[in-house]
Amino acid sequence: MIIHQLSVFLENRTGRLTEVLEVLGHENIRITALSVADTSEFGILRLIVSDPEKAKDVLKQQLFTVNITEVISVMAPDEARYYAKVLKILSDIDISVEYTYAFTTGKKSVIILRCSNNDKAIKALKEHEMELLRASDLYKI
Amino acid sequence: MDRNELRRLQDERLRETVERVYFNVPYYRHKMQEAGLGPEKIQTVSDLTRLPFTTKNDLRDNYPFGLFAVPMSEIVRLHVSSGTTGKPTVVGYTRSDIATWSEVMARTLTCAGADRNDFIQIAYGYGLFTGGLGLHYGGEKIGASVIPISGGNTTRQIQLMRDFGTTVLACTPSYALFLAEAIEESGIDRGSIKLKAGVFGAEPWTENMRRAIEEKLRIKAIDIYGLSEVIGPGVASECMIQKGLHINEDHFYPEIIDPDSLEVLPEGTHGELVFTTITKEGLPLIRYRTRDLTRLTYEKCECGRTLVRMDKCLDRSDDMLIIRGVNLFPSQIETVILEMSEIEPHYRIIVDRINNLDTVELQVEIDEEFFQDKISQLQALRGKLQDNLESATGLTIKVTLVEPKTIERSEGKSRRVIDNRKF
Repeated sequence: MIIHQLSVFLENRTGRLTEVLEVLGHENIRITALSVADTSEFGILRLIVSDPEKAKDVLKQQLFTVNITEVISVMAPDEARYYAKVLKILSDIDISVEYTYAFTTGKKSVIILRCSNNDKAIKALKEHEMELLRASDLYKI
Repeated sequence: MDRNELRRLQDERLRETVERVYFNVPYYRHKMQEAGLGPEKIQTVSDLTRLPFTTKNDLRDNYPFGLFAVPMSEIVRLHVSSGTTGKPTVVGYTRSDIATWSEVMARTLTCAGADRNDFIQIAYGYGLFTGGLGLHYGGEKIGASVIPISGGNTTRQIQLMRDFGTTVLACTPSYALFLAEAIEESGIDRGSIKLKAGVFGAEPWTENMRRAIEEKLRIKAIDIYGLSEVIGPGVASECMIQKGLHINEDHFYPEIIDPDSLEVLPEGTHGELVFTTITKEGLPLIRYRTRDLTRLTYEKCECGRTLVRMDKCLDRSDDMLIIRGVNLFPSQIETVILEMSEIEPHYRIIVDRINNLDTVELQVEIDEEFFQDKISQLQALRGKLQDNLESATGLTIKVTLVEPKTIERSEGKSRRVIDNRKF
């Protein structure tokens, strides 16, 4: 249930994001989801890709600063109240969400969450019968 | 004063100084003994070349009070400036040193045409920096009305300038230009401002900058020179002729040396300025290397003064930067970086002047091992680095985190500094 997400440090420089994507494209790595967290000074690019270990290696070879971060993913109908429900389940047991992003596919949305305690979060979401995605499911989307 | 008479006075004062340091400062005694010199060997200023130089590192090695020539009970004031690494440079003044300082600062202000009828607004920083208090004592000595407003708070500077009828402004030249533009922008009638002169120093400034200040503020802009090790401001100042700065050489004896061979250079040749203080009691310095590059002329000035003149200082023979009047050594920044394991010791310092105020940016590589995935962690790192830099240098330095291995590796420290200011 743990998904391996790629995190890349981006300094504030024109064309830096393009370079990351070009490196991945060259290796035929597919991107399922992408999110950029930015400040005025620097950013962190977060990616769900088809082969995170390989992606990490090729980016490192190109001198990018990369790390693999563990996140979890939930599939829910693409309505705000379901997103809210997911977050409420977690906040009720004092799990904080460090960041989250989502994308839709047809009538469903896929939510990515980075939680203070992923294992506890998985357990709680399962108890509430939420549909958790496996890495292998997610990479296929 | 006639130059021959001045020379006799310098000889006499030098003999007293050499005797004082030989008997009261172990550092100088050892150095002279090593060179096989007793104090009696130094009779005139032409014997000076036999004495060793003093550098900022010597002050650091004897931190804090090791070079003082009087017991601490005689010291009435301490000022501090930047050192090259970790430790700052400390200077101590006796009551008589403060009187000397007031005297040379009174001369500086008189050179700028100020007298007891003037209102002098001192927008140099007060505190450990010598700028504020140096000007202050000189202003009181000539009997002017001193406004000790200190640096910053531009709105208030302009308000008091108008309300009190300030006639003389003392600050860094970049702040003077900043103030001038703030006055322009506020749409204040220039007629309501009575400024006639400004005494500007503590940082290099060009003739272009002088013209801009003089036009915008409609004043005479006078360049002043000093460094805390020698006394603070008051070492030299321009007169109304504005053709070089008169050195108060009855207190501070100047030489020009080749910074590489250390040989004394003839009159009119560019080189590094060296001072021997010949009246100071607290911290007398023998052949102190200022690292400022200039040249001297002994020709009598059109103003009538016979004191030797030095050119405006625009360059240095070391890597010290002057940021808003504050001295900054790249080594101070490096020390802070080396103490933090979260960042790599690869950095670049970018200095610029934006809206007439100096800015410093430090680009530093993050450590790959340290990078996780959290914005908060990186921001905390930036904040911590910025705080550490501020306490080490007294300056607000903008920190930019960059990717590892992106800063060009180079041998020399100087290539790590990019100064985009034009002097």
